[in-house]
Formats: sequence, structure tokens, C-alpha cells
Amino acid sequence: MKNEWPLWEVFIRGQHGLAHRHVGSLHAPDAEMAVKNARDVYTRRNEGVSIWVVRAGDITASSPGEKEPLFEPSNSKIYRHPTFYDIPDDVGRM
Amino acid sequence: MYAQMVKSTGARVKSLDEMDPEERAFQVRIDADIKVEPKDWMPEGYRKTLIRQISQHAHSEIVGQLPEGNWITRAPTLDRKAILIAKVQDEAGHGLYLYCAAETLGVSRDEMTEQLLSGKAKYSSIFNYPTLTWADIGAIGWLVDGAAIMNQVPLQRCSFGPYSRAMIRICKEESFHQRQGYDIMMKLCAGTAEQKEMAQDALNRWWWPSLMMFGPSDQDSVHSAQSMAWKIKQNSNDELRQKFVDQTVPQAEYIGLKTPDPDCKWNEARGAYDFGEIDWSEFYEVLKGNGPCNKERLEARRKAWDDGAWFRDALMAHAKKREARKMAAE
Amino acid sequence: MKAAAKIDMALFELALRMGDNDIVLAQRISAWCGHAPILEEDIALANVALDLIGQTKLWLDLAGEIEGAGRSADDLAFLRDARAYKNALLVERPNGDFAYTLMRQFLFDAWHLPMLRALKSSSEQRVADIAEKAEKEARYHLERTEDLIIRLGDGTQESHSRMQAALDDLYPFAGEFVAPDAIDDELASRKIAPALSEIGALYFDYLETALAEATLKAPVDAPVRKGGRKGLHSEELGYLLAEMQFLQRAYPGAKW
Repeated sequence: MKNEWPLWEVFIRGQHGLAHRHVGSLHAPDAEMAVKNARDVYTRRNEGVSIWVVRAGDITASSPGEKEPLFEPSNSKIYRHPTFYDIPDDVGRM
Repeated sequence: MYAQMVKSTGARVKSLDEMDPEERAFQVRIDADIKVEPKDWMPEGYRKTLIRQISQHAHSEIVGQLPEGNWITRAPTLDRKAILIAKVQDEAGHGLYLYCAAETLGVSRDEMTEQLLSGKAKYSSIFNYPTLTWADIGAIGWLVDGAAIMNQVPLQRCSFGPYSRAMIRICKEESFHQRQGYDIMMKLCAGTAEQKEMAQDALNRWWWPSLMMFGPSDQDSVHSAQSMAWKIKQNSNDELRQKFVDQTVPQAEYIGLKTPDPDCKWNEARGAYDFGEIDWSEFYEVLKGNGPCNKERLEARRKAWDDGAWFRDALMAHAKKREARKMAAE
Repeated sequence: MKAAAKIDMALFELALRMGDNDIVLAQRISAWCGHAPILEEDIALANVALDLIGQTKLWLDLAGEIEGAGRSADDLAFLRDARAYKNALLVERPNGDFAYTLMRQFLFDAWHLPMLRALKSSSEQRVADIAEKAEKEARYHLERTEDLIIRLGDGTQESHSRMQAALDDLYPFAGEFVAPDAIDDELASRKIAPALSEIGALYFDYLETALAEATLKAPVDAPVRKGGRKGLHSEELGYLLAEMQFLQRAYPGAKW
């Protein structure tokens, strides 16, 4: 147990130009092996062209208790969304 | 199912009024279908139940590699061999995803492995039956994976985010598993008399154990009631079992096979198949460790784990050496 | 068999030797599926087995095509007896412990990659096409096994001694891959395959460097163990084939 391989989070960028996306986790003794393992575990179906791995313990996450102060203010900024603006249909696609 | 008879708190489900504010807020979010994430507050019972359920599910995937893996070296064609390797490999992958989901709840994979190997943790009863002929590989894919999918599809909507996400990935990947099993059965049934007999024999042996996979009726179970309230279980065992029978019987008929159950027949009034009494004493014996292969399965897992210790330790030791060399060089 | 005289025997042998190495090794490593030391490795090794089975099909299909007697890759894999198998002895070595399996894989991959690389420019297009695809897979296989050999050689005392023991035992089998016979000479002169002496030089140079990094020592003056490429195998192969061919032999003519 003391010698357990650390946990890594795996991010993969697919063929279609989207950003790296978190796909899951795995265990590996170090980063290089984590990349290799990720290739074998998470791209069995030709899912990706680029792999990132991050040691799970190295991720700093926002704390769930702060959800409200962090994310609610943006709720009120509805003018950031295109649907806020009422443009007549006659203008055409915009 | 892959997770059978998972114990929950054992207490009656509380009403919202009986809950303290934290728990009530939690339940309200569950009721609103908002996913629970690992760092969110959750009742201790929810956490423990999930660890039990997810790890049991993971153990089933890992032990489940063995009965089918048994035939990899004897698969009859190059394609069948490749398909079977890919499937058994997927099971390792699915075990891995599930262990990772459980790990987000604060238990390590090694701890879960120890629990499996010590016999403390359970895995699905179905994997304690032997694979005697090639047709068993077909029957497992068709029946066992078929039964598993019944359960796993609704679990994609489970309230716990990491479990739900793992299930989504697993369901996507497993879509070929049941089909390859049925494909094996179709080939056998279209083959020689001996092959067809092999297929029927496999169905005879795997039918009842497959129905047992769903677990005994849980309509009065407090554990199931709590799990349903928490949305980590979506359907009752009987409901899923009936669905499985209704789906599978016509598939058997289509290839000219019959279930070994003389009471299995279409009930026009219910719009469903009736089926005979399941021998639950067999199920409990298997669960207790007295199935035909319990001992062999655990021994195989123990051997893999013990024999592999030097490998895991050595790679860790080397990683530390590299790290130290890198530090020294900087 | 009136067409027998027209069979390109050298090319047929090349396809068999390449394909038989793949299927025998795939058969060996696929037995680890569900039994490897850790899940990640279980999955990785299965990927290698899958690649090798894919390559087997390409080579044995080609062999069947050259022979022109209507034998499919499956017929060749499941209905030939040991004497007709042309794999090198190394790949039929039993699995042993995981160190033994990995060392066997490493010694194979380290030859396989330069061989396939050279076959990519074969004068025979069908050979070049297979090599083109297989080479990419072999590159990754070697990257992985090399990494593991180095890490385990330079891991703990126990891993070092397991790897060294495996190397001592398996190294004598390495030479067979690059020991040319009359068939190889003909293939080289027709530019279908490289001169094995060239592959041998690359192979042993590479092994020396990688093994040094792994802090492992190849045995000196070990006599080369060979015969498999001519169909003279160890006793192990009979058991491997008995298991692999069981269904096809027990139910002749059945479709699966």
C-alpha cells in the first residue's frame, strides 16, 4: 500500500481540433509511464492525437463551498449571451 | 448484477423533514438530478454505499476477465481470438475506470484490491461458473453482458458524477460485447449438429445463473430503497430481470435455441414472459464462496497480484531514482 | 498441385517466418490477459497481442496467396503442424515470470523494428505494404519494452536479478533472427528482404546500448540457439499448437 503507484488525471485531444478533454485517470510510477499507460488505456479506439497527464495530487480545484461566489455573479451578466439581444428577423443571420 | 445485494445504511429512508439542513440540501439536489461530485458534502452512508457498490462492480470486471480469458489461447480463428482479447482487455479497462471512480471517494485501488483478495469484498456470482466449451464464450457475451447492460444503461444517470461518467464510457465501449457473443451463438447454431448442441448446452448452463445476476427480489429491501432515493440504483431487480427475459427469449428462439425453463412462456395478459422459480439456495451458496470456481478465481487474482509485486515495486523504485537524479542535476 | 513448380518458395517462406513469429508470440502473451501484475500493464500487453494478430493475418494471407492452393490465414495458423511452422525459437519460449516475458518481447521487438523498417523498401510491393503498417506498431512496442527493460534492470535488486536471469536464458535465442540461410540470401539478392547481416549489426549495436542503460550484461560467447526458422522447434511448440488448434482439429471443417 505504501508503494502504490500514484494516480494521474488524463486529458486527450481528439482528431477534430477540440481542446484536451479530461477522459479519466490511471496509475503510473511517473509522468512518462503515465503517458504510455494513457495511450494504452484511453486510446484503444483511436480516440486521440495528443495526451496530457497531471498528477492527481497536483491539481488545484475550486472548492465546492465557493460555488456561489465563484459562479453566480456570471449568472446576472446575461448581456454576454447572444440571446440577450432582440434583432429583427428581417436583418438576416447574425 | 455486477454489484449484487449492496448494503446501504440499513435504515429506513428518511423524509426531507427528518433530515438536518445539510442532508436535506443534499437530497433536494439529488431529487433535482444535480450530480454529486467528490468534493461536495455527502452523507457518510452515501459515500460508503457508493464505495461498496462501485468497488464491487470493479471487482466483477476484473474477476470477469478470467472465465473468458480462459479461452483466449483456444479461440478457433484469428478473428475470434482478436475479438476475445479485445473484450477481455476492455473488462480490465472498465475495472480500471471504476476503481478510479471509487478512488475519488477516498479509498485507494490497492486497498480495494486487498479487500477483494482477502474475500472481504464481493464480486458478481456469475463469474464463479466455469467456461467448459467455446459456446460458453458466446453465452457469456450474449447473456452475461446482456444482463449487465440492462443494469449499466440506467446507471449512466446515477447521481454520483464520477460513477455516471465511468458508466457512460463503459456502455459506449461495451456495445459490441453482447453482439459478439450472440454472433458466436448464431454461427454455432448455423453449424454442425455438434456445434448446435454445444450452443444449447451453454444456454442451459448459463440461463439460470444469468437470471440470478440481478439478485433476489428487492421490493422490500431497505438497502435498495435507500439506494434508489439516492439515485445510485434506478430499477428494482425484478423489473430488470423481467426486461432481460423478455428481450432474451425471442433472441434464443431466433437461432433455434430454447431456455432450459419449462415454465418459460409468453403471457398475453401481462405482455411479458412468465418464467419459473429461481433456485436462490444456489445463488446464496455461490455468494458464500461455494460456487464451482470461487476458489480458483480468487487464487488466480491472488497469484497475479503476489507474483506482480516485484514488478510494481521495481517501477516505483526506478521512478524515485529518476526523480532523485533529476533533482541532483538541477 | 500442378502449379507447385510456380510457387515463389522464398517469398512464401518469408511470409511464413514473419507471420509465424507474430502468431506464436501473440499466443504466448495473450495468456497474460487477466493475470498481469497491474491493470495498466494487462491492458498494454493485450494491445501488443492484438497488433501481432493483425500482422499475422496480413502475412499469412500473403503466404496463402503466394502458395495459391486456397489456404487462408486461418488454415495456415490452425492446421499446420509444428514442422511446418517457421517462427524463430525465441518466440515459443514459455512465458515464465513477467521478467522473462518482457525480456523475450524486448529481444523480439528490437529485431522486429529494424527488420520491418528494411522491408518497407522491399522490391515486392505486398511485402512493403505490410511492413509499412506493421512498422508503426513495432515502433511503439519497442519504445515500451525498451523503457520497461531499462526501468526494471535499474529498479530494485530483485527486478535486476530477474531481468538478468531472463537475459542469460534468452539471449542465445536472439541470434537466430539474423542468421541467414539460403532462403534469406535469395531474398536479399532479389531485394525482397534486407541482408540479415545488416539487420544483425543494427540489432546487436542497439541491444548493447539499451542493455547497458538497463545495467544488464549480455552473456558472452553464448552459442546461438536456432532451428525454428527451418521448422526444427523446441518441444514447447507442440503444446502451444495443441492448445491453439484444439477446436479446428476437434471439429474438422466446422465454421466458427
